[in-house]
Amino acid sequence: MRPCGVFDKSYALDIAIIRTWQHWAVLISALVFLYLFPLFGSYYLISFINLLCISIIVVLGLQIVSGFCGQISFGQAAFMAVGAYTSSILTIRYGISFWLALPLSGIMAGAVGIIGGAPSLRIKGMYLAMATIAIHFVVIWVILHMEITGSFKGLYPMPPSIGGFEFDTDERMFYIIVSVVIIMTYAARNLMRSKVGRAFVAIRDNDLAGEVMGVNLYYYKLLAFFISCFYAGVAGSLWAHLITVVNAEQFTLLHALEYVGMLIIGGMGSIPGVFFGVLFIRILNELVMFTSPALAKALPWMGSSPAASLGLIAFGLAMAVFLIFEPRGLAHRWEIFKSSYRLYPFAH
Amino acid sequence: MSHRQHENRPVIRVRRLSLRFGGLEALSNVSVDVQEGEILAIIGPNGAGKTCFLNCINGFYHPYEGEILYRDKDLTRLKPHKIAALGLARTFQNIELFSGLTALDNLMSARHIHMRHGALLGCLFFGPTRKEEIAHRERVEEVIDLLEMESIRKKTVGSLPYGQRKKVDLARALCMDPALLLLDEPMAGMNVEEKEDMARFILDVYELKKIPIVLIEHDMDVVMDICHRIVVLDFGRKLAEGRAQDIKDDERVIRAYLGEA
Repeated sequence: MRPCGVFDKSYALDIAIIRTWQHWAVLISALVFLYLFPLFGSYYLISFINLLCISIIVVLGLQIVSGFCGQISFGQAAFMAVGAYTSSILTIRYGISFWLALPLSGIMAGAVGIIGGAPSLRIKGMYLAMATIAIHFVVIWVILHMEITGSFKGLYPMPPSIGGFEFDTDERMFYIIVSVVIIMTYAARNLMRSKVGRAFVAIRDNDLAGEVMGVNLYYYKLLAFFISCFYAGVAGSLWAHLITVVNAEQFTLLHALEYVGMLIIGGMGSIPGVFFGVLFIRILNELVMFTSPALAKALPWMGSSPAASLGLIAFGLAMAVFLIFEPRGLAHRWEIFKSSYRLYPFAH
Repeated sequence: MSHRQHENRPVIRVRRLSLRFGGLEALSNVSVDVQEGEILAIIGPNGAGKTCFLNCINGFYHPYEGEILYRDKDLTRLKPHKIAALGLARTFQNIELFSGLTALDNLMSARHIHMRHGALLGCLFFGPTRKEEIAHRERVEEVIDLLEMESIRKKTVGSLPYGQRKKVDLARALCMDPALLLLDEPMAGMNVEEKEDMARFILDVYELKKIPIVLIEHDMDVVMDICHRIVVLDFGRKLAEGRAQDIKDDERVIRAYLGEA
């Protein structure tokens, strides 16, 4: 958001994201509001924001590998599962504190992601998408057939604590989750505007030309998968310690599809797009939750099935509408609004 | 001509290069030297193997026989990104830009081989990475200035007209600070004014950097005007090599272009 008449007088200013004191004011007051929110916000809203933030971390990762690097991945739910299980096992079995387990589960998921991303060195597009679906099922199968993961029963990790203070409620977890989201967003946005981000986009837009510019395709594709899965792993760890129950049913292919849907609706190749997409789908889900009982009551002759599948129908409909009318997602709309705001009050 | 002073020190030596696609011999037994500080044109009818020749030099194709030496370094089996890191830059016949990025970001992406800070510092951004970005931005702005593309700096290249995209393609190669420039038909599909502009830019670059330039071009007027030496390819073989005037009068070249009388 840049008002008319703000000009860049140096390259440093030209590449800055936050330019004017008004930007800083808005940013800081938003952060203060966010951190004070648990003091007056309702329990419902707080737990909604917690889940929203975890999805944002997952989709940020997906944005990096699919939106920026162009490698479509349907494995994000499985990598999130790797993070959730790693974190649970580390804290329950080995007594490692949550604060160490959080980055470690990201690294573990990243390492699995490098293996999962290896097919991208050979195949592209739809074929790679199929390969990542296969990886999803392999990961879930392994989780269900290992003893250390508690197979079908799952695991029960403890909420994190620091010096005797337990983060055992949604209000308390809110602080951890929101802080992690802020750090992860900051890192993703900056990474994507530096050398590595441009190398990713080079691979997405034209891998041959990227190679001629000196981009090592193998290294950067695997790096994209590592970073993406690191995000998923961190999100998985937060999820595990927020819900304090982990089992394989929380990480289905449907979840992975939902993340890809959030990405498409938000807009590929845009960090703000992640927020728009996640918010859109999550709000849609909440609306469905409110309306489906009413629907079941209004149409009793249809039984409970339409109410139960309303969520899927709404998701599919939203995807179809966006793919037809705004394939570049909400982020594109946002860009259009921003550039017209920059010119306001002039027409062009 | 100044290039003659260095004529005995080839920058690129291509020796007995053969390239095959199944039964098709795209290049056979081609030997070419690129001298220090010269503009070398490669001409020939369609399908003569000109682009294949460039693709071999920058590592897209690996020849079936022969070798390519760049200042005594063997390029024959190297991957394209390794060859790029040695300072060999190229442009493409069909413009292979990063269409989702702005012209500026396209050029910044060409600074890849010169940038040192990896992912971790990139996440932090403030501090070393920001300093690096600004330092490289200054180099990019020099190229923008040279090629007169200030007005399209922040435009997404996918939306630019053809001539401008050609220019971004050349600028991107220049931003690599190359030691050798390979240009694949830089003037294809341009009108006379655009061609003149492009020829002027190529000469500007040559005057400024004194790097050897290998140029594939169909427009014989351009080739005669700006190139020091010409290599003629036909059906994957080297037909002739020499100064512009000699090539123009060469019997075999005329026959290759016009057919038998």
